Amino acid sequence: MSTALFECQNLLKRYGDNTVVNDVSFSIAPGECLGVIGPNGAGKTTTLRMCLGLAQPDGGRINAFGLSMPDDALAIKARLGVVSQFDTLDPDFTCAENLLVFGRYFGMKKADIQARIPQLLEFAALSHKANAKPGELSGGMKRRLSLARALINNPDLLLLDEPTTGLDPQARHLMWERLQQLLQQGKSILLTTHFMDEAERLCNRLLVLDHGRKIAEGTPRDLIAQHLEPDVVEVYSNGALALVDSPIAALAQRVETSGETVFFYTQDAAPLLQALNAHTGLRTLHRPANLEDLFLKMTGRQIREEG
Amino acid sequence: MFRFWPVFLRNLLVWRKLAIPSLVANIAEPLMWLVAFGYGLGALVGDVKLGDEQVPYILFLASGSICMSAMNAATFEALYSAFSRMHVQKTWDGILNAPMRLDDVLLAEMLWAAFKSLFTITAILGVMFALGITQSWKLLAAWPILLCVGITFSCIALIFNALAKGYDFFTYYFTLFLTPMMFLSGVFFPRDQLPGIVRDISAWLPLTQAIALVRPLFMNQWPTDAALHLGVLAAYALLGWKIALHLTKKRFKA
Repeated sequence: MSTALFECQNLLKRYGDNTVVNDVSFSIAPGECLGVIGPNGAGKTTTLRMCLGLAQPDGGRINAFGLSMPDDALAIKARLGVVSQFDTLDPDFTCAENLLVFGRYFGMKKADIQARIPQLLEFAALSHKANAKPGELSGGMKRRLSLARALINNPDLLLLDEPTTGLDPQARHLMWERLQQLLQQGKSILLTTHFMDEAERLCNRLLVLDHGRKIAEGTPRDLIAQHLEPDVVEVYSNGALALVDSPIAALAQRVETSGETVFFYTQDAAPLLQALNAHTGLRTLHRPANLEDLFLKMTGRQIREEG
Repeated sequence: MFRFWPVFLRNLLVWRKLAIPSLVANIAEPLMWLVAFGYGLGALVGDVKLGDEQVPYILFLASGSICMSAMNAATFEALYSAFSRMHVQKTWDGILNAPMRLDDVLLAEMLWAAFKSLFTITAILGVMFALGITQSWKLLAAWPILLCVGITFSCIALIFNALAKGYDFFTYYFTLFLTPMMFLSGVFFPRDQLPGIVRDISAWLPLTQAIALVRPLFMNQWPTDAALHLGVLAAYALLGWKIALHLTKKRFKA
């Protein structure tokens, strides 16, 4: 733990009577990607804001690079790169100008920034858009420009708040590929996400938050193995719900329903599938348990209000 | 110490792209007022009695309206433009992800609004000089004073920026504060015309203080009680700044 690049201990944040972050601790090792997942209002963004010194914790400690928040906020932020949930690009500047102006906020010299701009634009696959303004860019391009902007100061740690929300699959895969490149270069990443495939693909370790509390922590594989049966059989179509009270349900360790769909979680799917075959007209899907199952098991299936 | 500079520079770079239309808006309107009222109304009014002196109405109006222009230019920038950057475009949020404090950003916005005001009044002063409304070299002293006026009004405006939920909120500030001040501070007519109590209160308005400093310079005289007037302006600026900073920090903590 002493080698941690970034460390939060017992973070606490209240807004009035509402405790939005409750006793959350985590650390990030050099070169590691830590994912924070949780439903809307779980406290993900507030946690990130405290890590940036933008919100004052009501309790707990934040240390980074041997410095402490909020006293050394500026020195810490000088070594961070941030992509916030909503783009804050300057609409009046071109892509290249956005990078130049942002680099100045770090006290960088114009010549040094300009030397970095071509490689950053290339990294963001935006070399051909150097003179375009953000309004002329697609959603994916804007996110990549935000990422390039966050890299202007060559940060050690990137804080990414839902970096791929709202992107189409192509743009999302390109973003993942770039983030993996950064990890290979030895950068560390803290990212929040709603996408379990994103968390599984990028993150060495995951932190599951719900109602401001940490409810689980570990590698994606370990979390699934610890908390879930390995196989899932989903059954749709009319009559599926009747199976819940039939003897077939005994062939699964756990049964969940969502709308007209029944989820059977089981150690061994073979006998279950055989029994289901006897029922004609049922549509079934047999697959391994994944992070999404874990997430839904831990945080429930009910819809959360905007948090 | 100078962390505000890159933020100031950012605003300057954006403005450079829009400078021509913005220049026209900032300068054409005050000049139209000056010409229409100064020459038009001035012909009816003749001279204005100021103390023991008779002053041509156009000179009286020009010296008041230059202060009003400084006030308006700083106010517009610190309200509408700063609010766009703070709330609509989220430019401030982006800046705060870099090693910057909210104090730095607010200071940059305050100085930027004052700078824009200085730019506007410089152009208007140039035109007034060219029109021969006044050609006193004491105008050179009016220039730094008008910068102080810009600073004072941008500090005050930033209070309302920090409180605003939307652009509509600024209507209150204009209707309830700036417009009455414009009429009570002796821009268009001498404050002697005001009823006693109103006159006594209006003496302490920041725009009145500004005019007390600038008008004598237009008349090729040195202002009396200059230190007092500058002190009052500085007090408004300092108090405005403190309140604006406090409210802005509160807004960003939410």
